[in-house]
Amino acid sequence: MLAIRDLHVYYGGIHALQGIDIDVPDGQIISLIGANGAGKSTTLKSIMGLVGKRQGQVFWDNLDITSMKTKDIVKEGIILCPEGRRIFPDLTVDENIMCGAYLRKDKEEIEKDREWVYSLFPRLKERTWQLGATLSGGEQQMLAVARALMSKPKLLMLDEPSLGLAPLIIKDIFAIIQKIASEGVNIMLIEQNAKAALEISDYAYVMETGVITMAGPGKALMNDPRVQQAYLGE
Amino acid sequence: MARVTLNKKTKLVLSFLGIALILLGSYLADEMIPASSNMRMFVTVLEKGAIYALVAVSMNLLNGFTGLFSLGQAGFMLIGAYTYAIFTIPAAKHADVYMYFDGGAIQWSIEEALSGSLGIVGHYLGMLIPIIGAGLLVALIAYLIGIPVLRLKSDYLAIATLGFAEILKAFFQWNTLGPITNGSNVLRKYATYDNSIFVVLIALISIAFIMLLINSTYGRAFKAIRDDEIAAEAMGVNLFKHKELAFVISSFFAGVGGALLAMFQGTIAATPFTTTMTYEILLIVVIGGIGSVTGSIIGAFLFTACSEWWLRGLDAGTWLGITSEWFRPGFRKVVFAVIIMLIVLFAAQGIMGTKEFSWEGLLSWFKNLPANLKAAPAKNKAKAQAKKEAKARDKAAKAQAKEDKANSAAKAASGEKLFEPLPVYDHVVVFKEGK
Repeated sequence: MLAIRDLHVYYGGIHALQGIDIDVPDGQIISLIGANGAGKSTTLKSIMGLVGKRQGQVFWDNLDITSMKTKDIVKEGIILCPEGRRIFPDLTVDENIMCGAYLRKDKEEIEKDREWVYSLFPRLKERTWQLGATLSGGEQQMLAVARALMSKPKLLMLDEPSLGLAPLIIKDIFAIIQKIASEGVNIMLIEQNAKAALEISDYAYVMETGVITMAGPGKALMNDPRVQQAYLGE
Repeated sequence: MARVTLNKKTKLVLSFLGIALILLGSYLADEMIPASSNMRMFVTVLEKGAIYALVAVSMNLLNGFTGLFSLGQAGFMLIGAYTYAIFTIPAAKHADVYMYFDGGAIQWSIEEALSGSLGIVGHYLGMLIPIIGAGLLVALIAYLIGIPVLRLKSDYLAIATLGFAEILKAFFQWNTLGPITNGSNVLRKYATYDNSIFVVLIALISIAFIMLLINSTYGRAFKAIRDDEIAAEAMGVNLFKHKELAFVISSFFAGVGGALLAMFQGTIAATPFTTTMTYEILLIVVIGGIGSVTGSIIGAFLFTACSEWWLRGLDAGTWLGITSEWFRPGFRKVVFAVIIMLIVLFAAQGIMGTKEFSWEGLLSWFKNLPANLKAAPAKNKAKAQAKKEAKARDKAAKAQAKEDKANSAAKAASGEKLFEPLPVYDHVVVFKEGK
């Protein structure tokens, strides 16, 4: 279980996160929705130690990971699948996937996980020798998720997995996210596409200019008139 | 911050006044400073600086404004220098200059022919026409080279243009071409200018032309190509045509610069037009600021002043009154290398960045200077205060973080839970009313 308590992040003089409390309990999909610039990506980056925290704490089970280095956080089983996919364009699909297992030493387990990842994304298995840059947007997103899964995470954090993808592909991706969750990986999801995210979330938080303004079960938030008006365009 | 605004006419008048002053200054400097004076170096710097400024601006047009990393400048200057020299050696001097090639193949001089029939006007026309001809020939060669080379990108383009420059150098030293290029021997005794104003004027006109080009629609297209080729193409910019245009124009002025350099030096050979020369020009562009014409000009004069004049003592044994055995030939280059490293590390933007000189900026600076000087102590104090506060805040945050960490460690050691889960609601809760 991941717990964020009173997290503050500054960018120079800008107070980007102003005291955030979020829980990601085991066995659930938690999503964080909000407009551009609300601080969603910053939240994920600061959990991973990619941006400095000024104040507050982040706990992972019974461990304080607030001031840990990114590589150690990854070793503890938390992985971020960054916004905009960030796959390695000149590496093959297979090389990209193996990069995700960079910190692992258990060769047999890695091989098993590779099979598992390919079974989740059969489309990637057909393209193991293709260069990352030659994949379509949807395939690149799948590759980014697959790469993240190769670190054998207990918590997978996804930053805008639907970015720039067609509705049908988004549906595919979200179905796979649900499947991954059902296999015992906790998921924290950041989305602009609030509807798709809330549909599959057990619990969700709404973020606005650096503060959490609402929380509740995904389905309840989806039916909430305020959320509908601000984020679902209904 | 009061900003001076001038109307277009005033700016134009100021620019003309400035240019007139520069021209008058360079004329008088060359006329008045006696050949024996130490200040004669000023004239050298003025002339060579103007030539380097022109070449640097032409390189900036390519590297800074069109984003084509080309390293062929020295090669193009070489063609320009040779073209000028070959066609302005007086007929009577041919036997002497081309002594190893039976007086050479060309037995006439444009300058001589024209000054014979037109007098003083012909003298200047006879120098101008070969200069422009040199530029045109270089532009033609650049056009041909550009067809294959400009299809390459970034470092590949740099290597290809560098290669072409080296080939050109070897080509001009080829013995078979001896009757024209004098092989690996120097060309000399060709016509040259009588006063620095000639060089400065041509450099000024050329730079003005490039500046006008940069501020035109073509210039915008060049910058668009630099920033994003795909976006530029999508806006309807013909990529290859515009790259070729920038390449050809840049090379034209490199050729003109080469011709001027030949005039400045008085003798010309292929050997000095090495990659080192290209790097010197690249250095000027970087020092001045990639993407700033005025930056390149300032950089060119600073560079020539340092290498020809101010840092000369570093090679000669005594510099600024300091005598050291370290100061021996070559030490100047070491100092230059250190300066370059410092610039790249701490001022990668160069002197001007991508900004340009403007009369308004200059006048505003002067106008605000008294107020700024007056306000400086208070401003510095406020800055220091803010810095202090930020430091204190960071310190407090760090102490808090340390305490938090220690707390967590203690709790973990005693088997205590580190945190309480947040309450989970089965309905929507609002923590703070949204805007």
